[in-house]
Amino acid sequence: MAEPLISVRGLKVALPDMTRKPLIGRAPLAEILKGLDFDLPRGSVTGIVGESGSGKSTLGRALVRLLEPSAGSISVEGRDISHLSEAELRPLRRNLQMIFQDPMSSLNPRRAIASIIAAPLKQNGLGDHLKTRVAEALQRVGLPQSFASRYRHELSGGQRQRVGIARALALSPKFVLADEIVSGLDVSTQAQILTLLEKLAAEMGLTVAFISHDLSVIRRLCRQVIVMREGRIVEASATDALFENPKEAYTRDLIAAIPLPEIDADWLRPATKAPA
Amino acid sequence: MSATCLEIRNLSAVLANGQRVLRSVSLAVEPGEVRALVGESGAGKTMIGKAVLGVLPLSVRIVEGDMLLEGENLGRLSPKARRTLIGTRTALIPQDPLTALNPSRRIGPQMTDRLVRILGWNGERADQRIRQLLEEVQIRDPDRVLKSYPHELSGGMRQRVLIAAAFAAEPRLIVADEPTTALDVTVQKQILRLIAQLQREHGTAILFVTHDLGVVAKISQKVSVLYAGKVVEEAETAALFAAPQHPYTRALMAATPRYTDPLASLKPVDEAVLAGLAAEIAAADRAWRPRHG
Repeated sequence: MAEPLISVRGLKVALPDMTRKPLIGRAPLAEILKGLDFDLPRGSVTGIVGESGSGKSTLGRALVRLLEPSAGSISVEGRDISHLSEAELRPLRRNLQMIFQDPMSSLNPRRAIASIIAAPLKQNGLGDHLKTRVAEALQRVGLPQSFASRYRHELSGGQRQRVGIARALALSPKFVLADEIVSGLDVSTQAQILTLLEKLAAEMGLTVAFISHDLSVIRRLCRQVIVMREGRIVEASATDALFENPKEAYTRDLIAAIPLPEIDADWLRPATKAPA
Repeated sequence: MSATCLEIRNLSAVLANGQRVLRSVSLAVEPGEVRALVGESGAGKTMIGKAVLGVLPLSVRIVEGDMLLEGENLGRLSPKARRTLIGTRTALIPQDPLTALNPSRRIGPQMTDRLVRILGWNGERADQRIRQLLEEVQIRDPDRVLKSYPHELSGGMRQRVLIAAAFAAEPRLIVADEPTTALDVTVQKQILRLIAQLQREHGTAILFVTHDLGVVAKISQKVSVLYAGKVVEEAETAALFAAPQHPYTRALMAATPRYTDPLASLKPVDEAVLAGLAAEIAAADRAWRPRHG
């Protein structure tokens, strides 16, 4: 394998802990990510899984430098971006895009879909042939051209998420962060969106960090998985290996807790310690 | 008097603009049985739960059908009589425990007051019952929980408190509306296990609303699959998973991700299935003549 697209070494992120903020003065910092090391190989989808509070979303935000690390480094194609200023980051942002969890709140209600998709293009000096580029973006995510003039509230949840994907991919980025992008969708729509993302990632050679709480979805979509808990990596390995032979007890618990759509009378029996 | 805990016959409801949201729904829940209502958003599963409890939004009007709680026709009761059923003979386990609890009161007084107000108990008896209930929902340090405000508890802990509250008066029927949707998978498993155990011990019937076929498979004995306010398939849960009959049920199962079989799951629902459903619903609406309303 060639050099990874993104390399993370000793990454720590601390954020102000507002629950411990004194009346006057600054909130003390709480360390959310406690030293992470991993690589995101080029052109593959990496799943990041964990329960609430595990730090998976904080990690995602650090990867696209919406947060500044307190220690460690994030290198994109060999260049450390962990402490770059906003001005220095701007030309790099084109290659670091994000698809949001809730397309309702991440799409501007007062702008037509065409204008939402065009915004990042204009920002990055691709304002020429805007109409063609927007049309391509819509086509790419399987939306009819007539949607260009529609507004967010006229779309279904799945269609909105397609717009979110179209916007993120309009710039043909190298890296896309997808943070719980299907958790608000019905299963039938979820299947469509994931199939679309899978297809586009393969076609465009995208490097994707796919954050999810759902291991079933990760198994289908991702080539490797990072399991997180309380700001640390519990286990990271190739997807098949992780499911067939989970090394850590926590990973085994996570997998065992998924209710599979099949009858299993023993599943709800009180926990008895399985023989090791 | 029939022994059936809850019977819904031919229930239809419309919005103010005449659009049907429930389409001649019929189902029964036997005593001590868990019936799952499963469907995607807009399927009307929550609506049925609300109709049973008598807490439908004002914009929804029931135009046809009967609901019988242990043989008693709920439609004939006065609104006041309906309200007194909630918390005594029926109860709700809500989806979001944070909004169901009063944020500005400690858990203890909040729960005691409920029992005093609804059941007319004195404070001491209510107090005792609550401690007993917290033990039943496996809360290890009841003193801390009783003194906490809702925001100081984890999601799973809050849901345990609300499960305790639901079982407090030994209701015959509990409506559980997506009670584990907001929880992490490991906590979800604990909560499902807890609901199943209490339900068995108390012989409570549960109408379990969920979008997750995985949860259906684990918690229920019977299941109704809903689409656009219509029951498209009804079966014993084991039979449904062994041999789903309706194309929509099969499509839902194929769309549900499962880590054991990644390539055969997460299949998008076929357009033909959705077209078939639309035709089925349109035909049902054409044939429908409300008896009154």
